[in-house]
Amino acid sequence: MKNISIKQGLLVAVGILSAGLFNSCKPPKVDSAMAGDAAKKVYVAPGKKDELYLFTSGGFSGQVGVYGLPSGRMLKNVPVFSQDAETGYGYSEETKPMLMTSHGYTPWDDSHHPQLSRTDGQDDGRWLFINANNTPRIARMDLGIFKTTEIIELPNCGGNHASPFTTQNTEYVVGASRFSVPYDKDGDASIAEYKDKFKGTISFVKVDKETGNMKLNFQLLVPGVDYDLARAGKAASHGWVFFSCYNSEKAHTLLEVNASQRDKDFIMAVNWKKAEEYLSQGKGMKWAANYAHNVMDEKTHTATSTMEKEVTVLDVKDLPGVCYFIPCPKSPHGCDVDPTGEYICASGKLAAVIPVYSFSKMIKAIDAKTFDGDYDGIPVIKYEAALDGEVEKPGLGPLHTEFDNEGNAYTSFFVSSEIVKWNVKSKQVLDRVPTYYSIGHLCVPMGDNIKPYGKYVIALNKITKDRYLPTGPELTQSAQLYSIDGPKMQLLLDFPTIGEPHYAQAIPAELVTRHEVKFYKLDNNNHKYAAKNEKEAKVVRNGNDVHVYMTAIRSHFTPDNIEGVKVGDVVYFHVTNLEQDWDVPHGFAVKGALNSELLVLPGETSTIKWVPDHAGVYPMYCTDFCSALHQEMQGYVRVSPAGTNTAIKFSTGD
Amino acid sequence: MSKLKTYTRIIIFVCALGMIPANYLSVWQIQLEAPQYPEGLKMEIWSHKIAGDFDKINGLNHYIGMAEIKQENFPEFKVMPWLIWLFVAFGLLTALVGKRFLLWIYVIILSASGAWGIYDFWNWEYQYGHNLNPHAAIKIPGMAYQPPLIGWKQLLNFLAGSFPDVGGWLIIGASVIIVGVLVFEQFRKK
Repeated sequence: MKNISIKQGLLVAVGILSAGLFNSCKPPKVDSAMAGDAAKKVYVAPGKKDELYLFTSGGFSGQVGVYGLPSGRMLKNVPVFSQDAETGYGYSEETKPMLMTSHGYTPWDDSHHPQLSRTDGQDDGRWLFINANNTPRIARMDLGIFKTTEIIELPNCGGNHASPFTTQNTEYVVGASRFSVPYDKDGDASIAEYKDKFKGTISFVKVDKETGNMKLNFQLLVPGVDYDLARAGKAASHGWVFFSCYNSEKAHTLLEVNASQRDKDFIMAVNWKKAEEYLSQGKGMKWAANYAHNVMDEKTHTATSTMEKEVTVLDVKDLPGVCYFIPCPKSPHGCDVDPTGEYICASGKLAAVIPVYSFSKMIKAIDAKTFDGDYDGIPVIKYEAALDGEVEKPGLGPLHTEFDNEGNAYTSFFVSSEIVKWNVKSKQVLDRVPTYYSIGHLCVPMGDNIKPYGKYVIALNKITKDRYLPTGPELTQSAQLYSIDGPKMQLLLDFPTIGEPHYAQAIPAELVTRHEVKFYKLDNNNHKYAAKNEKEAKVVRNGNDVHVYMTAIRSHFTPDNIEGVKVGDVVYFHVTNLEQDWDVPHGFAVKGALNSELLVLPGETSTIKWVPDHAGVYPMYCTDFCSALHQEMQGYVRVSPAGTNTAIKFSTGD
Repeated sequence: MSKLKTYTRIIIFVCALGMIPANYLSVWQIQLEAPQYPEGLKMEIWSHKIAGDFDKINGLNHYIGMAEIKQENFPEFKVMPWLIWLFVAFGLLTALVGKRFLLWIYVIILSASGAWGIYDFWNWEYQYGHNLNPHAAIKIPGMAYQPPLIGWKQLLNFLAGSFPDVGGWLIIGASVIIVGVLVFEQFRKK
């Protein structure tokens, strides 16, 4: 009997043990259900206009996406760094120079960070700057016409990533190198000599207050780490720019491991006013250079590309007071200045805290020389001396922070895929909300201004997975709109974007629409080959070149019958749109064109080059549905065999 | 030596046969869910192999320095199929011979194997979660990534779940019935 009860007791114990293993239940998922009034908050009725413009970087599309908020409706894809056959950008003779670089014609790039021009620390809606990461450049888009009007190449630069952040009054847009490269001996050095020979540069591109024209004023030669992102100081910290730096290990291979070893990398604080002083004292070195500066002339509708040959370089290790390093945990990405200009928030993408630095403490530390040695000759400020406080356990993989008008910060977390709201002064986490999925940057309208607009935060996501109808292996990227005007952040809308939206800026619509241009005035058209009325339309032979001075108006081209072109000729169709009304573009296409169509806006002249390869009669027509008789807007070009003597002849309506 | 009842022997016979599919099905599963992986990732442990998304899991876990999960790192795969065949064979033997002491030995074999299995699995999880590459990109002080033995556990952005799979349930189910049969036989004897 006793024997049995021991055995039975043993069995019961096994039972209890196995039941004990099942004790942890699955935690509930964060509720992703939409609140009931979300649809109302994003509904913009047909015919009504959105409250805000959102400018998103096109990422590897090289362009800029323009959306309306809160509806998320796409308004335009503005070509910037990549050819666009739809508009003829980069194909037409007028726009080809826009894509010239020191390497030649460069038809693609990778655009990352749109940045609006500003006055007194507030976005003014005049221009939008954006960087090209691959072949380093900065472009300026004119927000009156939503076209790219200027592109400047940055010499001595590898990977223009920390760019084009603007200073308080758009005195400068900056461009800092993600890749350090060697500069001696024509730049030819062994990659193994990285630590000794490779350097970074920071370009300060001056922006003309009136015209917006850019000029590379000077470059700083800086230690060979990777410069990632930047923000200019404002208000209290006006005159400074702050850069995040990773790879302080100076690794040149397998960076995912080798550049993640040190517990602290850096924020680099740059006093650009001090640098200007040195510049005016003639402390800069004149370096020979070769970089393109491309400008679109608004009167001739024609871009010119000029190769600049010199740049002034300041070596910061010889110029005290220009640069300081502040230690920052683990490979910082975002480096964001709060609206007061006093606090600088850095997001170490591998770090477990968000450090918030105080500008005034930083200045005190510099004055008191509270340094922790130097890094490549640049003083390193003691971490604690510049630190205001740390946000503890905010999330995983902090990337980027923007601000509202009530002293709160919004930080994106890539790894934990969420936005976290926290208070800048108290460093307390106030709210968190999931994003779908893997958010990179985020955007609060005017969230980097002295007075943010607030109201919304936009998540710019890398992965969409199951959020939309599938489209094969390649899926869309997306943005998500959240309202932030209540105590809890609330998801309102999910919308797809073109390319990868690395970053975006949003601005109240009226700040942009006040600069609106409805069409180009024909009277101001100084294009060399413009035909400003139908009487000026003509065809002129100049050796093997044939220039067609063509006009377009609803609903015909003049001339629309052309003869006398021969195989071996190079034909230039210079099409002037004679319309002087809003929203009446004409398109022009001719059979066998190896480039693109033209999209010619009212009052504009555009040119497409055409080399017919064999004899025949070639149709041409208008591609943009312009009127009830659009389909009749067509014509012919006769191409005769080489060596024949068909005379030049042109007409319309004969 | 007392004989087992006929229906007891039939039940043991059926349970023994019921464990055969466990050699051809996943025995244990580890699930991972994260915001970016709403559909989840699943790793399956069979008696002789690992299957499922372990390549994807390896890709994710290298950031925090976890060792790569590889087939050849599990010597258990050489033993486990034979162990399951032993469960089957001994069950059939017990049913056919019908001796009570054989049932006792069978229950001890099953319990001991279960205990060893739990310990071995826990030990692997401990090593996997604690043995981190010191050069990993993401190092969070004090953080270890040991998956749960059974149940759910949040590990950074991943919710990890560890549960028996179909094969495992077959063995557990059969074992529970066999233990129950023994309990019944003991009470019957009284």
